[in-house]
Amino acid sequence: MTTAFPFSAIVGQDEMKLALLIAAVDPKVGGVLAFGDRGSGKSTAVRALAALLPKMKVVVGCRYNCDPSNAADFCDECRARAAKGPLKAIQVPVPVVDLPLGATEDRVVGALDLERALARGEKAFEPGLLARAHRGFLYIDEANLLEDHLVDLLLDVAASGVNVVEREGLSIRHPARFVLVGTGNPEEGELRPQLLDRFGLSVEVKTPDDLPSRIEVVRRRDDFENDNEAFVAAWAKQETKLRKSVTAARDRLASVVVSDAALERAAKLCMALGTDGLRGELTLMRAARALAALEGAKSVTDEHLRRIAPPALRHRLRRNPLDDAGSSVRVDRAIAELFG
Amino acid sequence: MNAALAWSDAVTAAQLFAVDPAGAGGVLLRSRAGPVRDRWLAILRAVLPPSQPLKHLPLHIADGRLLGGLDLNATLLAGRPVAERGLLAEADGGVLLVAMAERLSSAAAVHVTSAMDAREIIVERDGLSLRLPARFGVVALDEGLDDELAPAALRDRLAFQLDLNEISSRDADEFVMDESRIGAARGRLKSLKPNREQIDALCGAAGALGIVSLRAPLLALRVACASAALAGRDELEQDDVALAARLVLAPRAVVFPQMEQQPEETAETPPDDDSDNDNDSRDIDKPDVDRTLDEVILAAVEAALPPDVLAALRASSGRARARSSGKAGALQKSNKRGRPTGALRGDVGGGAKLNLIETLRAAAPWQPLRRREAVLTSGNSAQPRILIRKDDFRIARFKQRSETTTIFVVDASGSAALHRLAEAKGAVELLLADCYIRRDQVALISFRGAVAELLLPPTRSLARAKRCLAALPGGGGTPLAAGLDAAFALADLIRRKGQTPTVIVLTDGRANIARDGGQGRPRAEQDAIGAARQFRAAGVTSVLVDTSPRPGAAAETFAKEMGARYLPLPHADARTLSKAVLASAR
Repeated sequence: MTTAFPFSAIVGQDEMKLALLIAAVDPKVGGVLAFGDRGSGKSTAVRALAALLPKMKVVVGCRYNCDPSNAADFCDECRARAAKGPLKAIQVPVPVVDLPLGATEDRVVGALDLERALARGEKAFEPGLLARAHRGFLYIDEANLLEDHLVDLLLDVAASGVNVVEREGLSIRHPARFVLVGTGNPEEGELRPQLLDRFGLSVEVKTPDDLPSRIEVVRRRDDFENDNEAFVAAWAKQETKLRKSVTAARDRLASVVVSDAALERAAKLCMALGTDGLRGELTLMRAARALAALEGAKSVTDEHLRRIAPPALRHRLRRNPLDDAGSSVRVDRAIAELFG
Repeated sequence: MNAALAWSDAVTAAQLFAVDPAGAGGVLLRSRAGPVRDRWLAILRAVLPPSQPLKHLPLHIADGRLLGGLDLNATLLAGRPVAERGLLAEADGGVLLVAMAERLSSAAAVHVTSAMDAREIIVERDGLSLRLPARFGVVALDEGLDDELAPAALRDRLAFQLDLNEISSRDADEFVMDESRIGAARGRLKSLKPNREQIDALCGAAGALGIVSLRAPLLALRVACASAALAGRDELEQDDVALAARLVLAPRAVVFPQMEQQPEETAETPPDDDSDNDNDSRDIDKPDVDRTLDEVILAAVEAALPPDVLAALRASSGRARARSSGKAGALQKSNKRGRPTGALRGDVGGGAKLNLIETLRAAAPWQPLRRREAVLTSGNSAQPRILIRKDDFRIARFKQRSETTTIFVVDASGSAALHRLAEAKGAVELLLADCYIRRDQVALISFRGAVAELLLPPTRSLARAKRCLAALPGGGGTPLAAGLDAAFALADLIRRKGQTPTVIVLTDGRANIARDGGQGRPRAEQDAIGAARQFRAAGVTSVLVDTSPRPGAAAETFAKEMGARYLPLPHADARTLSKAVLASAR
């Protein structure tokens, strides 16, 4: 496997980095969509995230990454295992699974294990990418070019958290909760509205336009390419620091207070913007809480709401799809009105 | 730049590319097929080590072959799944040659670019899950004319962009080079590192030329290293950096660098704000030494820009010609083609396509049983490895998605502009929004003065459509015939691609410019009627919206001749107009 560029070494792109960290702190926020210029480091950031995240515990031998401490969520195999005796756990890196555009449906949802079927005549299920991404991240590069039938699959599973396979005489259910991360370039075409709605946070990525940071990007990239091991070692300290703050934020998350006043603010903001459904409020609240946890705050303040509202809401406005710049402006305006 | 110089640059690029194919990304070779291109490719082949793979990527390659998947032959023979390496993995360590890159579909381009980024290929297909190394350089042969270009995502990752169209075969001298020099240069490459000033200078030059993507300076750095390696140097020198800037940055220039008079001033930037480059910081903390390097680079770049390009750059607003990605491969004509949507049990025959993998899957669970049965009935233990019955046959089903492209033909002439150009624009915007929901493509043609202009080639990007529409000026004569001709040509093209065109004409029907640009109402009207009849003859679905304040017989006649639905909308606002058009276009 190729070495990933360190997350903390990415120059600028603060909104995207923050959104990814928030999704890492609270997966319930519901995924990150990063749309923007070519060559601005979208994919780099996602791949860097995989190396950054603290490891997680899984049941030994489980093909679905079951959490040994969460018995309610076991797959059928783990349930059977748990009935026999205590489960062994093992630390593994958080999966960041690539969903390549050319993936076939059977690899995404899982299918009959062809090898075992041919060699031994056994009917066995071979888990797909959705199983592998459970409790981790599912990354789609150029999400706007994903074929519709794969999008449909994702929508269903992302909403329910369960992958139901009914094919080739197999009937399997297994947990599949993952953070969906999509990147793309708007020039290639837009994302289907249904898929857009599934992303918790949406960020707009721009290539830095000031010379010093452009130079810094190129320098670091060049250093990395010349000797990636030395480069990663040089940034190891920052990476550890960031990793610790993510772990600390996860522990702190449940204790962060979301006051009624903050909830009311969030609701008012969503009403002012006319977002559809309650998903906007929920995401806004969760993202603000994760942000507060990340920064070590005890409760969610207006400042947190104000910072996280644009990525949480800008893709939920009932907008004119032609209005490319308008939604961010509208969110900013509503925030300014509400928060003064 | 004269042809001989261009050729020598092209040869240099071939050598530099050969030194570091994966690092330089590749070469975009804009050229018609011909002796010059062949000679360039022969030179490239000669300088590439013979042990390295040179793989051809045909235009309509199937995903399975490109990425890898199940090797059906071997699978059937062995009786267990055998993986087959795709073309991208096979090109590892060598060069991938993309023919007709301007027609490459964006989906295929994404596979290539993501392999270039990750330097490996991830296969998740046909029950296989593989990671294979894929470090390669790309040579994209681009035969496109004017507007047709290779997908932008691919172009962005290729260091060299050569145009051989202006070079005649007389200028294209043969070139002999010792291949061992390339090998020696490759050995040196590892130890070469650009210093900070050189990085700064290349970034500065990219900024001054209005190049947004940060890949450009990065690629230039790699090329500079390759150049030093080729020259046998142990360190990068000014010449290397200048050469890299000339070869890599100059062809991507969006704005003209202003350096002779005011070297430190902000470069002239295009009006769209995302390529707004702030160069004020250039003079902050820099010693005089690298200012000279900056100047050397800009001078090198400028020398590489041909004079007419400079003029065009100065004059143009720097509007990057973003073209929609390749539409090739979107042909969907019969239900034997299209996107596979699963498999059905059924008989092979009548043109139905067997889905082998699904068939194998269906047959797999029965193998032990059938083998036992076969041994029992025949008494012969030598049976084929896989026993397949008719019941196992699975037929691939395809879903045909015939894409609709809506062509808007907007009359932007003086007579229309006076009354309702703004409303027509509003209506088109609303219609565009509707097309977006239905995932249709849209195109926009406007006609005014003496000509019709294709403002927006078929696209699904509404951001672009909107930009085009907002910039649509009004005024001038009404060359209705030219507008209809252009629309018909486009509709015909769309049809030949297997898609369905719908034409929506917004006009007041008062033609006053004839096909040849001549004035005079009678002749103009005659021409327009002639143009309109083509639509009826070809059976293109069309709608004519009469935008004149008093709907008259003129527009209605046209609608009749066109076989179009006629919609007189004297006082309708944009919303009503869009509703009415949609209702009749369906």
